[in-house]
Amino acid sequence: MSAPSPITEEDLQSYVDNALGPARHEEVTAYLAQHPETQLRIDGLIRQRAELRAALAPIAEEPVPPRLNLARLIERPARPAAGAWRSAAAAILLLGLGAAGGWMLNDAAHPAASGLAAVAAEAADSYAVFSPDPVHPVELKAEESEQLTGWISARLRRPIAAPDLAAEGYRFMGGRLVATPHGPAGLFMYDDDRGTRLVVLARMMEFDRDTPMAEYTQGAVAGFAWADRGIGYSLVGPATATTARLHALADEIRRQFGQSV
Amino acid sequence: MKDMMLLVEPLIPALRRYARALLRDRDAADDLVQDCLERIIRGWHGRRGDDACSWAFTILHNLAVNRLKQGQRRGRHATLDETDEASIARPAVQEDRLRHLELIRALGDLPEEQRCVLLLVSVEDLSYAEAARILGIPIGTVMSRLSRGRERLQQLLEGRAAPALRRVK
Repeated sequence: MSAPSPITEEDLQSYVDNALGPARHEEVTAYLAQHPETQLRIDGLIRQRAELRAALAPIAEEPVPPRLNLARLIERPARPAAGAWRSAAAAILLLGLGAAGGWMLNDAAHPAASGLAAVAAEAADSYAVFSPDPVHPVELKAEESEQLTGWISARLRRPIAAPDLAAEGYRFMGGRLVATPHGPAGLFMYDDDRGTRLVVLARMMEFDRDTPMAEYTQGAVAGFAWADRGIGYSLVGPATATTARLHALADEIRRQFGQSV
Repeated sequence: MKDMMLLVEPLIPALRRYARALLRDRDAADDLVQDCLERIIRGWHGRRGDDACSWAFTILHNLAVNRLKQGQRRGRHATLDETDEASIARPAVQEDRLRHLELIRALGDLPEEQRCVLLLVSVEDLSYAEAARILGIPIGTVMSRLSRGRERLQQLLEGRAAPALRRVK
């Protein structure tokens, strides 16, 4: 065991941003406990950061004005190859509306608006909305997982706990209840060391109550969905993650849910 | 194009927040975001390895800096009246609201280079490396501007640094 390296101003600033690794974070905490004046200053900066975020948060919560609607901007004429833009925008619009139209299911005969394809589409929608959120990607954090489990289990009327993916390199961030056209769903979010986020969605199924795993891809999003004893699940992540990796994760998640539900 | 919707659309609220915090004028800020989005659409296929978030913020930041320069040349300093400030922050609780107005006013008194770093790191949750890329400066400079910016903001809020806060009778 070597003695911790000296605490620098950069360490202190990173501490304020909660950007240190756990070990270094501990060292800074210990350092501050012994340096009350610095502790006072850093506490002030942590407060300042929180207040600054709170002061500016309402801007990001405003509805986006129509002129900044991306689909509309894409569709706007007077650009080369306007036709191609328009059809792309139409496909996007479908996805944006929460319809499963943009989703390609391997089994083409499957009704996309309900059943497993819908679960996959709903998970992708939630992924698109929540995973890039810089402020509140989750409503209840990992530390509050007991509360989260209670909440989601109560609304889904089944005991549903977040799968543990730590062994696969994904940290549990937390989750929330989300609305789907088929009722409430539990959403769990994970990230890895590179900041890659994944979501797992679970909700009650009316159709396809027991369905083997199927793969779904859509643009930058890839996922797997399956249903087990009346509950539909979907894992969604960036398409840059290899399919085999996502598939292995989905298998692990299915195994864990299979044991707990 | 679908990946652009998935990657860029979720950024729009944050882009609006960054632009407004810098320009302190809702319409001017949204003009900038619109300009930024149009550039993203035009350049999407030609973009290099940058991730969408850093890339979008880089475009927006450069547009904002140019706009601020133009404003200075015309001698139109970005001052705010109370209505504009109210449009920046609207928290539900009155004491918070006053505190937030004070904070936003103090933020406006920071040197621009410190304000940008503070906003990208503290508010937009970008990593130091991402902020460095967006601003085109080394990470060490990001860290020192962050440190000085935070210190200066504390001083402004505590009335230890000029300009003094306006008092309302």
